Formats: sequence, C-alpha cells, structure tokens
Amino acid sequence: MPDIAWQSATDIAAAVATGKINATTVIQSTLVRIAARNGVLNAFTDVTAARARAHAARIDAARAAGKKLGRLAGVPFAVKNLFDVADLPTRAGSAINRENASATHDATLITRLEEAGAILVGALNMGEYAYDFTGENSHDGPSRNPHDITRMTGGSSGGSGGAVAGGLVPLALGSDTNGSIRVPASLCGLFGLKPTFGRLSRAGSFPFVSSLDHLGPLARNVGDLAAFYDTMQGHDPEDPFCANRPAAPVSSVLEAGITGLRIARAGDYFAKNLTPDAARAVAHVCAGLGVTQEIILPESARARAAAYLITTAEGAALHLNRVRRRSTDFDPEVRDRLIAGAMVPAAMVIQAQKFRRWYQDAMQRAFADVDAIIAPATPAIAPLLGQKTFVLDGAEMLVRPNLGIFTQPISFIGLPVVAVPVAGEMPIGVQIIAAPWREDIALRIARYLESNGTVVAQRPPET
Amino acid sequence: MMTDSDLDIFMDASASVLGITIQPEWRDAVRANLAVTFRMAALVHDFPLPDTAEPAAVFTA
Repeated sequence: MPDIAWQSATDIAAAVATGKINATTVIQSTLVRIAARNGVLNAFTDVTAARARAHAARIDAARAAGKKLGRLAGVPFAVKNLFDVADLPTRAGSAINRENASATHDATLITRLEEAGAILVGALNMGEYAYDFTGENSHDGPSRNPHDITRMTGGSSGGSGGAVAGGLVPLALGSDTNGSIRVPASLCGLFGLKPTFGRLSRAGSFPFVSSLDHLGPLARNVGDLAAFYDTMQGHDPEDPFCANRPAAPVSSVLEAGITGLRIARAGDYFAKNLTPDAARAVAHVCAGLGVTQEIILPESARARAAAYLITTAEGAALHLNRVRRRSTDFDPEVRDRLIAGAMVPAAMVIQAQKFRRWYQDAMQRAFADVDAIIAPATPAIAPLLGQKTFVLDGAEMLVRPNLGIFTQPISFIGLPVVAVPVAGEMPIGVQIIAAPWREDIALRIARYLESNGTVVAQRPPET
Repeated sequence: MMTDSDLDIFMDASASVLGITIQPEWRDAVRANLAVTFRMAALVHDFPLPDTAEPAAVFTA
C-alpha cells in the first residue's frame, strides 16, 4: 500500500491522471489510514467508505476508457459535519439534529468538488452548532490536536483541522462565522482560507449566523488550498447571499510574488493580548515579507463586541425552539450561551449592525493605503483539552470566547483571509487579510511565505 | 452599575417571557454570559454614531 498520507492533493491528482496510481488504491489507503488514526484524533464522525470506493471505481473506469479526468480526480477530502452529505443526517455537532432525516442531496461545494473528481471520504467532528472556538464536543468527544493529542484542535471546525494536520486527508472543508476555519488552522498548523463573504455557496450547509457564515478549505499547502478554492467558486442561486459575480481563479497567479504589494502589520488591538508565541509568529511572518509599516484598524475592540452581540442574538434566534423544548440535549457550553443570547434586547443588536457599517467604511479606507494586513490568528498556541483560562497580557481570561479575538473583527465585515502556519514545538497561525474579493492577494502572499520557508505545515509526531 | 441581583431579575423575567427553563445549576453560567453580553453592548453603544447611521446587516463590497 503506497503511503499517500502526506502527499499533496495536487500530487495525488497528477499521479492518478498519469496512471502512476489508481483512485481505488488512493481511497483504500486513505480508509486504512483513517481507521488506524481516527481512534486517537477523533476527527471523523462518519466515514463514507462505500460511496468513496464507488466514486474511485468510476474514476478508474473513466481513465481506462480514455476519458479526460477532472483536475482533482482521485483526491480524498472530508467536510465538517454541518455540510449536507446525501444519506447522512446533518448533525452539525449536535445530538438533536442527528435525529433528523438524512440529507437527500450533497451541499453545493461537495458537488462541485466531486464533479472535478475529488472523492468525499466522510464528515468531521465540530463544536456544537458551530458556536465554538475549541473543537470540544460533549456528544462526540473532543477533536484532538495531531501535534499533541492532549491539546485542543481549535474550533469549531476541529475535525477539519485534525484530519488534515494528522494526514488523514490532504484537504477538508470547514465553516467560519467568527474564526472557525482560522482558529483550527492556527492551532493545528495549517493553511486555511476564509474567502470574502458571498464568494462560496453555503447551500446545503447548516447555518449559524446568516450574515457572518462563510465556508472554506483547510490544507497543508497553498497550492492545494487554491486548487480546491478555484473548483468551488461560482454563483449559486441556492444561496441568496452568494455573490453573482464571475469566478476569479487564483491558481495561475500564486507564483506572482509580492513585488509592488503594500503590506502592513496591524497594530493597537491586534498587538495586545498576545502570548509571546503569537507575537513571535507575527514578527516572523513580517520579517519574511520585509514588512515594517504598521497600520491601525480603528475601533477593532468594538467590532469584536458587535460581532459577539450579533452572533449570540442571531444564533439564539435560530435555536430558540430547540432551547425551549430540548435544553438538556445541548452541549452545556453552547446551551448556556444560547439562553443568554435569546435575552439580548433588539436595540443592542441593531446598534451593532449600525456600527458594522461604520467599521466596514473604516476598513475600506484602510485598504486605500495597503493591499494586505498581517495580524495574529490566535492569541496563543493550542490550549490543553478542558483548559478554561489562559493568561494574556498578565490577565487571566476565558479560553473559549477569547481564542477568536483576532479573527472575529475581520469576518465581521466579510474580508478574505488566509491563515498561514508558523512552525514550532506547537504551531501557531498568522492572518493575511486582503480587501474584499482579493483572495488572490492573500494567497499570493501565503505562497511567497511558503516558498521562502517562512511558513510550513509541519508534520506532527505520531503517538 | 449592574449587579448580580439585577441580572438575576432580568434573567428570570426573560426566561419566563421566552418560555425557557433554566435549571438551578445553569444559572451561574447564564448570568456570566449575560454580564459579558451587556459589557459588549455597552462598548458598542458608547461609540457615537449619528442618527442617520444605516445598519449593514450583510457585507457588500
């Protein structure tokens, strides 16, 4: 059995396309690997083995018949379990929703990837209803960080982080409302892309906060991130907020370098409440880019507060009837916040929405002076499983809400971000933030950092 | 200055009106979340916005 665990998606696709390996062998190797490691990592909640084998067989038959294969032919991938997967209930990390009827169709993004030949191998653990930054889950157990299985993956796309960092799949999809792709990317040492709000269709995924929900990929290298992102782009009338604009492929511009790009480091709010690990990571990336300029993104603490209010109120509205009728069936960490969220006065939420426009305008002015902004992704490396507090700038703070303090203001106004991994005893990520619809710039910078060795998805030890 | 007692009164009245049952062992966590929420709301409300400020319910570029 060939060891494909640490191969890139693009290498696997090339090997399948040229007949060096067949898709059936890739999938069998992947399923063996998942069976061997998932007991430790707890990344997968569902493995769609029969479906994956059947798809692989179709690809092998197509190649044998001389047909042209899709660009991702034979590449295994998995999705956070809030994506609809035909014939599975969409549990969204909850006990309640797994009682629902199975989905009848796949989510749009799964369909687009499979049409390009990628092969879905399963659904992944997550924080309940995506209201989470830890990757812990009282129903399914915590996702475990492959770099240290006593530590959190981060969340809520915890299984997505664990599966990719642990070499179970080369790429996984997650969702990001306030940081749920970027936080696990940071804590698991991966590249993660949160595209511009409205760029990728959310049709067929279980929502959390409509105006903040994004879907996107996590991978071990920038080329894979871009290949999957390009394949998933395009308008989808099934998602009313999916922008009706043409796809803007990025794979062909990844190697364009950073000459001419104006890049600055975010100061003030983004330079406080950092552990030394996080501060070093930002400095390391800035050094790799030659960045010396600092930019102040005004009122980012208020932006985070406003995102918090909108999230808790909209999330509570979504789940109010479940909270009324089935409160004991929730993860306690989520239930207590949804109960409080249901009580938020409307005036507070509306003011937060008004502030949102002010902050959006301020950020658009900032992008008149720069093309990209560097900021920490998380304030610390992965906390221990079950850890409730950590010390930031000398103050003891709660882990659960504060892992996302640097991601939350950015998704609040829908900006595209690539999280890049800085290696260390434990990895930690840095955000590369671009102007709306300029994922290409963030990915070019990520690729530049990867090619000069500044950032890398380090391979974890296996215990 | 909001006190725990204020929050308890608010929590109990809101739960009753909303039809939510809060078990005794959940009260501390719900109260703590309410306290954070109102601190966040105060931060947002302290920022002066003109009466003409428009909300941005979704992001558009």
